[in-house]
Amino acid sequence: MMDWILQIAPAWAEAHAPALLILLPMLAGPLSAFLPGGGRLAWLLTVVVTTLCTLLSIILLAQVQSVEGGAIISYAMGGWAPPHGIEFRIDALNVLVLLLVSSIALLTSIFSWPTIKAEIADGKRAMFFGAFQVCFMGLLGVAATGDAFNLFVFLELSSIATYVLVALGSGRDRRALPAAINYLLMGTIGASFYVVGVGFLYAATGTLNMADLAVQLQDVGGNRAVQVGFAFILVGLGLKAAMFPLHQWLPNAYAYSPSFVTAFLAATATKVAIYAMVRFLFSVFSLDFAFEGMSLAFILAPMGIAAMLACSFQAIFQADIRRTLAYSSVAQVGYMLLGISLGTAAGVSAGMFHLVNHALMKGALFMAVGGVVLTYQGTRIHDFAGLGRSAPWTMTAFAIAGLSLIGVPLTAGFQSKFALVSALLESGWWWAALIVVFSSVLAVVYMGRILEAVFFRAPNNPHKEHKEAPLLILVPLWILAIANIWVGVSGGFVYGLADDAASALFIGGAS
Amino acid sequence: MLDFVLERGNYWAIIGLMMIGLYTLFAATNLIKKLVGLSIFQTSIILFYISLSRIDGGTAPILYGKDAGGHGGGHDEASGAHGAASEAAHSAADAAHGASDAAHAAASAHGLENIYSNPLPHVLMLTAIVVGVATLAVGLALVVRIREAYGTIESDEIRETDLEVARAEFAVDKSDEASAA
Repeated sequence: MMDWILQIAPAWAEAHAPALLILLPMLAGPLSAFLPGGGRLAWLLTVVVTTLCTLLSIILLAQVQSVEGGAIISYAMGGWAPPHGIEFRIDALNVLVLLLVSSIALLTSIFSWPTIKAEIADGKRAMFFGAFQVCFMGLLGVAATGDAFNLFVFLELSSIATYVLVALGSGRDRRALPAAINYLLMGTIGASFYVVGVGFLYAATGTLNMADLAVQLQDVGGNRAVQVGFAFILVGLGLKAAMFPLHQWLPNAYAYSPSFVTAFLAATATKVAIYAMVRFLFSVFSLDFAFEGMSLAFILAPMGIAAMLACSFQAIFQADIRRTLAYSSVAQVGYMLLGISLGTAAGVSAGMFHLVNHALMKGALFMAVGGVVLTYQGTRIHDFAGLGRSAPWTMTAFAIAGLSLIGVPLTAGFQSKFALVSALLESGWWWAALIVVFSSVLAVVYMGRILEAVFFRAPNNPHKEHKEAPLLILVPLWILAIANIWVGVSGGFVYGLADDAASALFIGGAS
Repeated sequence: MLDFVLERGNYWAIIGLMMIGLYTLFAATNLIKKLVGLSIFQTSIILFYISLSRIDGGTAPILYGKDAGGHGGGHDEASGAHGAASEAAHSAADAAHGASDAAHAAASAHGLENIYSNPLPHVLMLTAIVVGVATLAVGLALVVRIREAYGTIESDEIRETDLEVARAEFAVDKSDEASAA
C-alpha cells in the first residue's frame, strides 16, 4: 500500500537510507553549533534535518512493508560484511521506533523556537541545537544498529548530549543542574552495566552482531556467563528506560529542563531504551532460555505493576504539573513493561502500541505545558487555574491529550489500554488487568486535578495577560492532539505497525 | 578451592574495583568524589574487557615470524589478523577457564604459527575510554556550574537548599488556595 513512496523516492535515498538517517544529524549537529545569527539559522537547519530524517524513515517503512510479513533491510556500514563489520538492521520493529523518534523530533523542533528564545541565552542557542541533533542522532542510532557494542556507543552519545540539554534549563531554574548531574551519574551506571553485560556475551560467543549473537547463544545455551550478561543488560537498559525502581533520575530531569527538551525526551528517550530492551529480550535472547521466562515473570511484571501503582500515587501529590506528568511517565513505562512481560505476541504488540501512543500524548501534554511556561511563566497547578478561558486552544489540546492519558474511549490511550487488557486476559492474568483499570482510575485523579483547575477554577492571577501560545507552538501541538484522536477512532494503522513489529520478533526475529 | 580463587585473580581485582567505585558513587556526598567513583567503576570495566582478550602465551596481535612471511605482507596480513581475532574470541571463554591448550589448538588450526591476543576488546575499550572521558568532562563542567549556582558541591547541602525552596513554594500554594476559598 506504500509502494508509491518507493516509486517517487530517489534511488540513492532508498539504497542508503539507514546510513543517511544517522549521518545527516551527525554532520549537521556540529555544523549548526557554529552557525551565527543567535540560533535562528541553527533552528532552521534542525528543522530541515529532522524533516529529511522523517522522510527517510517513511522510505524505510515503505521498504519494510513492500514484502509480505515485513522485509529485513541489512546495511553493512562501510562495506564490511556482518558479522565482523557493523551492521544496520531495519525490520518492522525498529522502523516503527525510527519513524516515531524522527517525527516527534520534527514536531518538537518546529515547536521549539519560541520557547528557546525565551529560555536559552542568546549565545548558547546555536550550541543548544547542535547538542539536540547529537542527541537525536544517538537515539536513531540505537534504534537502527544491529551491533551490540555500537548500540552502547550511540546510547552514550545521546545520553551525554541529553545531560547538556537538561543542564541548560538552569537559566530558568537552577535545580536543573543537580537534576542533570544525577541523571549523568545514574545514566552512566546504566550504560556501564549494559557494556559489562555485552562483555559477558562476547566472552561466551565471540561475536557482537545481534543476529549472530542470537544464533550463537542457541548453541552455548544457558551458560552462567550468558545468564550474568543477561542480568547486567536488563538492569542497564532498565535504568535508561526508567524501569521502577530505577527511575529516580527522571522526575527532576523532566521538571527542570527546557520545555522543548522535556517534550522531546518524554516522547522518545525512554521509548528507545525500551525498544533496546525488547530487542534483547526477544531477538537476541529468546524465550527458550528458562532464566528469561523467570525474569519476565518475576522482575518485569512486578516492577511494571509497582510502577503503575506507586508512581501514579506519587503523581497525585505533586504541585508542579511537569513533575506530575513525569511520574505519570514512569507509570506508563510500567504498562509497556507489563505488556512486554507477558512474552506473547499480543502482549508485546500491546506494549509497543502503548509506547507509540504514550509518545503522542506526552509529547502533546509537555508541549502545551511549554506554551503555558512561555506565556504565564509558571508550571504549578495554581498557575494553571482558569487558563481554560484565557488560552482555550492550548488548553483544549492539553485536555485531549490528558483524556488520552487517562484512557477515555475514542482516544489513543483507550485503544492501547484495551489492547493491553485483552492481551492480559488472553494469558489469564485477570488480576493484572484489574490493576491496569485501577491505575487508570489513579490517572483520572491526577489528570482530573489539573483539568479541574484549568477549566473550573477562577484565574488566580488576574493581572496576567490573556494570551494564547504562539502559532509555532499551537500547530505541532494540535497535530499531536489530532493524532491522539485519529489513533483513538481508527487505531488500525498504528496498531498494524505495532502488530507487525511484534510478529517480526516472534516469527522472523528468532534467527 | 584456593586454586580456584587464585587462578581468577584478575576477576577478583575487577570485582573489587567495581565495588569500590560503586560504593564511592553512592556513599560520597561530594560531587567530585562521586565522579571519581564513577571513573573507578568505568576503569574496572575496561580491565574486564582487556583481561577477556588475554590468552595464555599470546602476544600483541601483530603478525610476525612465519605468520607474516607466509601471507606475503600487506593485504593478507589484515585478513590473517581478522581470522586470528575471531578464533581467539571463540577460545577466550575456554582460556578463561584455564584451558590454554584449546587456544593453542585453535591458533594452529587456523594456520598460524604464533598465538596472539584478541585485539577486538582493545579496540572496543578505546571507544569506551573516549566515551568515559566525554562523560567525565560533562560531569566536571556541571560541577563547576553547580558551585557557581549553589556555592557548594556537597549533594546533601544542595538537596537541603532545594527542599527549603520547595517548602516555600508549597506554603505559597496553600495560602493561595486559602485566599481563593
